[in-house]
Amino acid sequence: MNFDLTEERQMLQDGLRRYLVQAANPQSRAAAVEAEAAVDPELWGGLAEMGVIGALFTEEQGGFGGAGFDLAVVFEELGRAGAVTPLLEVVLAGGLLAQAGDAHADLLGEVIAGTRALAYAHGEPASRYDLSRVETTARREGDDYVIDGRKAVVVGGAQADMLVLSARTSGERDDAGGISLFAVPADSAGLQWRDYPLADGGRAAELVIDGLRAGSGSLLGAEGGAHDAIEYAQARGTAALCAEALGLMEAARALTADYLRTRKQFGQPIGKFQALQHRMADMLIEIEQARSAVINLCGRLQLSRREREINVSATKQLVGRVARHVTEEAIQMHGGIGMTEEYELAHLARRLTMTDHRLGDSTYHLGRFVALGAVA
Amino acid sequence: MNLDFTPEQEAFRAELRAFLEQNLPERLSDKVRSGQRLAKEDYEEWHAILNGRGWLAGNWPKGHGGAGWDAVERHIFEEETTAAGAPRIVPFGLAMLGPVLQKFGSKEQQEHWLPRILDGTDWWCQGYSEPGAGSDLASVKTTAVREGDHYIVNGQKTWTTLGQYADMIFCLVRTSKEGKPQEGISFLLIDMTSPGIEVRPIVLLDGEPEVNEVFFDNVKVPVENLVGEENKGWTYAKYLLTHERTNIAGVGFANAGLENLKRIARLEQSRGRPLIEDPLFAARIAEVEIALMAMATTNLRVVSAAAAGQAPGAESSMLKVKGTVIRQEINALTREAVGPYAMPFAHETLEAGSNAEPVGPDYALPATAQYFNNRKLSIYGGSNEVQRTIIAKTILEL
Repeated sequence: MNFDLTEERQMLQDGLRRYLVQAANPQSRAAAVEAEAAVDPELWGGLAEMGVIGALFTEEQGGFGGAGFDLAVVFEELGRAGAVTPLLEVVLAGGLLAQAGDAHADLLGEVIAGTRALAYAHGEPASRYDLSRVETTARREGDDYVIDGRKAVVVGGAQADMLVLSARTSGERDDAGGISLFAVPADSAGLQWRDYPLADGGRAAELVIDGLRAGSGSLLGAEGGAHDAIEYAQARGTAALCAEALGLMEAARALTADYLRTRKQFGQPIGKFQALQHRMADMLIEIEQARSAVINLCGRLQLSRREREINVSATKQLVGRVARHVTEEAIQMHGGIGMTEEYELAHLARRLTMTDHRLGDSTYHLGRFVALGAVA
Repeated sequence: MNLDFTPEQEAFRAELRAFLEQNLPERLSDKVRSGQRLAKEDYEEWHAILNGRGWLAGNWPKGHGGAGWDAVERHIFEEETTAAGAPRIVPFGLAMLGPVLQKFGSKEQQEHWLPRILDGTDWWCQGYSEPGAGSDLASVKTTAVREGDHYIVNGQKTWTTLGQYADMIFCLVRTSKEGKPQEGISFLLIDMTSPGIEVRPIVLLDGEPEVNEVFFDNVKVPVENLVGEENKGWTYAKYLLTHERTNIAGVGFANAGLENLKRIARLEQSRGRPLIEDPLFAARIAEVEIALMAMATTNLRVVSAAAAGQAPGAESSMLKVKGTVIRQEINALTREAVGPYAMPFAHETLEAGSNAEPVGPDYALPATAQYFNNRKLSIYGGSNEVQRTIIAKTILEL
C-alpha cells in the first residue's frame, strides 16, 4: 500500500502545474469563448507538446501512461487551473479508438500529437445517462453503412476533425447488444451541426444525422458489440471527470480560505468567526472524501467489470454530491462577490455544477450502485 | 499509488484469521454480534487470550511486552478482529496510559505498572473530564496538594467510562494555580480503593450505567505515583490524546455495523418484500456505504503515512468527524430498520447472562440502545466541533 505518486507522475504533476499557471488563465479562456473555439489553440498545442495527451494512453497505444492514476494526475491539475479543454473527449473517443486496435493507430497517433481533434457522439436527446439507449441506426448498404438519427450535447463536436459515433445495427432501443461504433470525419455529408456555448465554457453541438455513409473501414471493433467498450471508456472518463472536479474543488477551497483570511467585517477577518471556520472544515473533510473516492476508482479500473462499475457509481455519486456542497458553500462564504461573473469562483462554480450533468448525476449513480447489487 | 497490501501484510492477516478462528470463543463473538453487553470477565477473558499470543498491546514496543506493530498492522488487526466479532480491547490501560508511561514514566513505574496492564492485574480508567472541564480540559479543578510523601487530592471527575470495574485511575489534577491553566496540571496515578474515593454511576440514554462520577475527598496518593514532572501533565495528556486518536475513524466498527444493518434489512419485510429491496431504504444504505468506502481509503491514507513515520496531525480530526458521523448514520438506519420492535426498552434483556424472553426478533433488541449509546461518538475524544476548530486553525490557517 502506497499513496505517494511515482517519480514520473510527480514530475508530470509538477510540470503541468507550472505550465498551466501561465497558460490557462481567465484571459485565454475568454479569448477561446470569443473565438467560439473548443479550446485555446496555444494551450492545446502546449499540452500536446508536454506529452499530456500521451499520458492518457499506454505505450502499446502510442502513449506513455494510460493507468487510472495517470488520468488522475492530469485531470486534477487541469481542474485546479480551471482550464477548459476537450481532453475528456480524448479519454472517451480516443479510448474507444485505442480499444478498437491497430486499424486506427494512425488516427490515434495524430490525436496524441494534438493535430486532430476528436469528439464523442454517443448520448441522444432521449437517452439521458442510459448507456445502452441508442436510437440512431446504421444499416448496411453494400460495403457501406447508412446512418440516421440524432446525437445530443456532443462536446466539441462542431470543432472536431473526427467523431466516434454510436449507432444501432441490431436489437431494440435499450438493448446492450447491437450497438456499433464508427469513426467518421466531422465534416461528412449527412451531418448537420447546431453549435452552442456551454454553461461551463467550451462548446457543444446537437447533431442531426441524415443518410451519413460510413465505409466498413470506419467500424470500430465488432459490429453490434460496442457496449462493453463504451462502458469501459466511460469508466475511464468518469475517473478523469471526477479527478478534474477534485482539482476544481481544491481551487475553490483555496480561493475561499484566502478570502476568509483577508475579508474583514465587524473589525476582523471573517475567518475568525467560528460559524465560517466549521463550514470551511466540513468543506475540507468532504474534499478529502472526494479525493479518496477518486483514488478508489483510479485504482480499480482494471478489476472485474462488477467491481469496476460499483466503484464508478460510488465515486461519481460521492463526487457529484460533494461538488455541489463545495460550490454552494464557497459561494455562500464569499457573499456577494461570489455571485459575480468576473470573479474566478464563478467559473469554478459553473464547472463543478456541470460535472454532475456528464456521465450520470449523483441520483442516477446512487440508483445504479444499488442496481449493481452493491447493497444487497 | 498502490492500493494493495504487501504479501507480508496479507500473510499477517491470514495468521490473524486463523488465530481468531481457533481462539476467539464463540460465546464472546455471539454476544458482540447480538449486541449483548459484555461483562468485566468477558473483556478480561479476551485480553488474556490475546496476551497469551503477545498481541494484546499492538501499539507497544516489544521491549515492553507489546507486539510492536506499525500503523498498517494495527489497522489489519482492527479490521480482522471487528469482522470476527471480537470484543474491543479496553483502551484505558493499553492504548492510553501505557504509551504515556513508556514515554514519560520512571523506570520503576514502567516496571511496576506495564506488566500489570498486560496481565490484567489492574483495570484502569481515565480521570480527565470534570463537570466544569469537558472540551476545555485545561480548566480542571481537582486539586492535589503535596504533604510530605503524599498528595492530598480533592475534587470530582466525571464521564469515567467503566470506572465501576476499575482498580486504578489516571488523573489530571491541578498542582498549581500560577500561570496559564495548562501550566499547573499534573498526571497522577490513583488507587481506586483509597479511602475518600466514591464512585457513583450515571445512567445514560440507553439505560446503562456505562459511565460514572468519581469523587475525591482528601484522598492520599503516594508521591511516587506522579508521572513525569509536577505541572507538566498537560504535555502528557496531549500525548495520550494523540494515541487515543489512532483508529479514531472506527472503520472496522462501521463495516461490522453496515453488515449487521444489511442482514436486518434482508430479514425485515416491508410491503411484502425484504426491506433491502425497498428502493428508498436501499438508497439510504447505499449513500452511507459509498461514504464509508471513501472514508476507509482516507483512513488508509493516514495509516500508511503514519506507518512511514509521519505523525498524524489534524488528519485524525477529519477522520474523527467523518468516521463518527458515518457510524451514527448506520446506527440510525439500523434503528429504523427494525421498525416497531425498536420500541421495547431492552435494557434488562441486554444484560449479560439475562434469561429474560426477548420481545420481537433478537436482532431488534440492541438497535435502540446502540443508537442512543453511540451519540457519544461525536461528543467524546474532543467533540466534533472541537475537531472542526482544530482543522480550521491548523490545516486551513484561519
